[in-house]
Amino acid sequence: MQVTMKVNGNDVTREIEGRLLLVHFLRDHLGLTGTHWGCDTSNCGACAVWLDGEPVKSCTVLAAMAGGHEVRTVEALEQRGELDTIQRGFMECHGLQCGFCTPGMLMTTRALLDRCPSPSQEEIREAISGQVCRCTGYATIVRSVQWAAAEEAGTRTTLATGETP
Amino acid sequence: MNTGENPPTQFVDNDLKPVGHGRMLRKEDARFIRGKGRFIDDIQLPGMLHLAILRAPIAHGRIVSVDVTLAEAHPKVKLVGTGAMLAEHGLAWMPTLANDVQPVLATDKIHFQWQEVAFVVADDRYAAQDALELIDVEYEQLPVVVNARTALEASAPVIRDDLAGKTDNRCFDWETGDKQATDAVFARAEVVVGQEMVYPRVHPAPLETCGAVANYDPIDGDLTLWSTTQAPHAHRTLYSMVAGLPEHKIRVISPDIGGGFGNKVPIYPGYLCTIVASMLTGAPVKWTEDRFENLTSTAFARDYVMHGEIAATKAGRILAIRTNVLADHGAFNGVAAPTKYPAGFFGVFTGSYDIQAAHCAMTAVYTNKAPGGVAYSCSFRVAEAVYLIERLVDCLADQLGMDPVELRLLNLLKPDQFPYTSMTGWIYDSGDYESTLREALKIADYAGLRREQAEKRASGELMGIGVSVFTEAVGAGPRKDMDILGLGMADGAQLCLYPTGTAVLRVSCQSQGQGHETTFAQIVAEEIGIPPADIKVVHGDTDLSPFGMGTYGSRSTPVSGAAAVLVARKVRDKAHLFAATMLEVTVADLEWRKGSFHVIGDPAKSLTIQQIAKWAYGTGQLPDGVEGGLEAHIHYHPENLTYPNGAYICVVDVDPGTAVVTVRRFIAVDDCGTRINPMIIEGQVHRGLTDGVGMALMEMITFDEDGNCLAASLMDYLLPTALEVPDWETGFTVTPSPHHPIGAKGIGECATVGSPPAIVNAVVDALKPYGLRHADMPLTPSRLWEAMNGNAQPPM
Repeated sequence: MQVTMKVNGNDVTREIEGRLLLVHFLRDHLGLTGTHWGCDTSNCGACAVWLDGEPVKSCTVLAAMAGGHEVRTVEALEQRGELDTIQRGFMECHGLQCGFCTPGMLMTTRALLDRCPSPSQEEIREAISGQVCRCTGYATIVRSVQWAAAEEAGTRTTLATGETP
Repeated sequence: MNTGENPPTQFVDNDLKPVGHGRMLRKEDARFIRGKGRFIDDIQLPGMLHLAILRAPIAHGRIVSVDVTLAEAHPKVKLVGTGAMLAEHGLAWMPTLANDVQPVLATDKIHFQWQEVAFVVADDRYAAQDALELIDVEYEQLPVVVNARTALEASAPVIRDDLAGKTDNRCFDWETGDKQATDAVFARAEVVVGQEMVYPRVHPAPLETCGAVANYDPIDGDLTLWSTTQAPHAHRTLYSMVAGLPEHKIRVISPDIGGGFGNKVPIYPGYLCTIVASMLTGAPVKWTEDRFENLTSTAFARDYVMHGEIAATKAGRILAIRTNVLADHGAFNGVAAPTKYPAGFFGVFTGSYDIQAAHCAMTAVYTNKAPGGVAYSCSFRVAEAVYLIERLVDCLADQLGMDPVELRLLNLLKPDQFPYTSMTGWIYDSGDYESTLREALKIADYAGLRREQAEKRASGELMGIGVSVFTEAVGAGPRKDMDILGLGMADGAQLCLYPTGTAVLRVSCQSQGQGHETTFAQIVAEEIGIPPADIKVVHGDTDLSPFGMGTYGSRSTPVSGAAAVLVARKVRDKAHLFAATMLEVTVADLEWRKGSFHVIGDPAKSLTIQQIAKWAYGTGQLPDGVEGGLEAHIHYHPENLTYPNGAYICVVDVDPGTAVVTVRRFIAVDDCGTRINPMIIEGQVHRGLTDGVGMALMEMITFDEDGNCLAASLMDYLLPTALEVPDWETGFTVTPSPHHPIGAKGIGECATVGSPPAIVNAVVDALKPYGLRHADMPLTPSRLWEAMNGNAQPPM
């Protein structure tokens, strides 16, 4: 079957099997390998992307279901050579180690900040609770999101020096 | 010793971009935050085929027949592989890292559920999966053993009848310590406390599963293998040994690795199938394991049944420890531990305490479960050892009616006892255990917590405080003691300064997220004074890096890190010779200030390392007997392990109505000696603490009596999310190792090793009103509820 969707602002049309998962469509057919695959059961969230602006797990969406819709992936966060604040936050606050969960975490937390510019720690933890990180223990991800929120609100004080934030 | 209150001078402002140790943001993040990491499954080669593996649904049985006719007829299938086919090439079996053997594809018998039976290579991954369904395998089932306690019973079926003369399921017997001396101390001890405890089977479950891409060039005979390996050089050697390929024609590339934790140390059948498939099809072949395969067939961890006893005086002086351990190794002995250490480093079970005698007797058994054993950041079984001693000490405190902190303070090794040779022969390098513990007590406000607990108990609330004081043993290892399959556990480093003053460091360790590209640049920067930004770290490609044993058991900093220091000093020494020639002075006239040599007494006369590098490749007259250029190479064996330590305090609340445990606070104070990048160290500690919550409260790989794995997906094998873990509180002390050139110790696994007993101790402490002295992990609500009602059950 033929599917047409908008991916990161570009219209794409491909001939696919009806059973093809969106995550494989993005990775294998479009070469957008920033979106990762980590489990079979929609538990890990490494595959999180945006479908019409909402985070979804792309291992649980058929590519065919995304037809006519708009998909955004981690590759679209950087715009015109400028990193998104949430990407900077993850770098500044050591919100990643192996980098495998990172694209999904970035998409989910970017969506969180868009609807809730100043989330509490509890709101951040709730927002990423459908995703697994095996490296960070989550505290630095929480700090990364807080950093980005403060940066966007213009209230960020300089990063604590000599101490982790 | 420094404590967290008085940060050492190396702890500098990130924005100053430290030329050396200090908080520095990671170089590798630039690609990861853009989705530009390069993981195995991201690799696409022209004409690449996809491999999928058929696995046996039974845990023990004979293969009666394998019919691949229909699969081979599938229009998208290029190759179907079976055990019989591999046997024709002499590749049906492969050695494990523990000198056992394991089938690549089963030929006649299935030993554990989801063992590899056949593979399919097809045009795409979906077609390969389709074709698996077309393979018809007939099995004849055999009785199953999944419980180590029954594996040695006379009625148990013999699992390893492939081993000549094997009549039972005994894998090995092992002991350490002095039985006679230990028994004598126990015989006269005032107090003896015993406890059986199970460290359940768990799984490292890195977020990226295992996988490989093989590309064999039939013309040159070159094999390039991209694979999820923590030890690319060791794997290259083993592939040569197993497959008979010339080692110099094998290139193993370990690209970005999405977490390892020991899961990516062994060689798995899938890697070999992928290689064979590429050789037979003449095309590149990719295999990406799914999560179900990862959890059911790759290296598990733990699975120890431990009976421990502790002898003490009535006043709480610990005298001796003895233990009997039943170790479940699964169907094949696949532990990735040094040859002379079949139980890994479990011998450090005497912990952080000054005792008189110790003994351990261990029996390991085969069962119809997946192989593995040393994984999940256990530091070669130190995790099990620490859990045993730290639970036992709490049981003793309970028996004596003493505060668990007071009991520990009474028995900790003192700073002047180091280097300390333990009763089982381990040489602890350094430590100030009491200071580490006192730092944790201070951060926690331990006295305040106990007051709060007393108030809560009075009102029926279940609050618990758990302590763990642990000593790790990491950095395998000394050449005289340690090898894997005959390969000494050394690491290599090459450092080349280019004429323009920038540098490339090539190392044999392999990052799986630890940030080596950053920290190893910092190590070299500290030694030769070049900014880390000017130092590229190359790793994970056997054609581009020197031989070495890779990254596991927290050995990167202790071994590769030391190699990086020493190779940088070699380069600096050579630069010293050049500087003397360039300035027409003697070597003794020069002093090194980070980044430049200065003439003593004439500080205006100096040369930067960059100026010297340019000269080294130039035309000036060289000193006698010295070659031009500025580079060096080292192959480094450590003289000893390093022994980081820590003191952890966990605060939990248990819901009396549901038995749900909430980890409210967790205070971790670690001492890993000299700290290279505090930000990365903190991250490593956070990761391990999260593992601890998972193991203590959630994670278990369990089986039913037919050998069906009941934790084959992340719906059943529960990993902590952001909601199950608290906002970690960390601190540190600094006691440098005398056995490492910059005093650094490994930190990567400390928290995984040290946190589970703190959590269990806290839960048991919370349930004191119920008279509970022990309950086995994982303390899930249902299991804990049973324990609260006097029906504690060991995990199965």
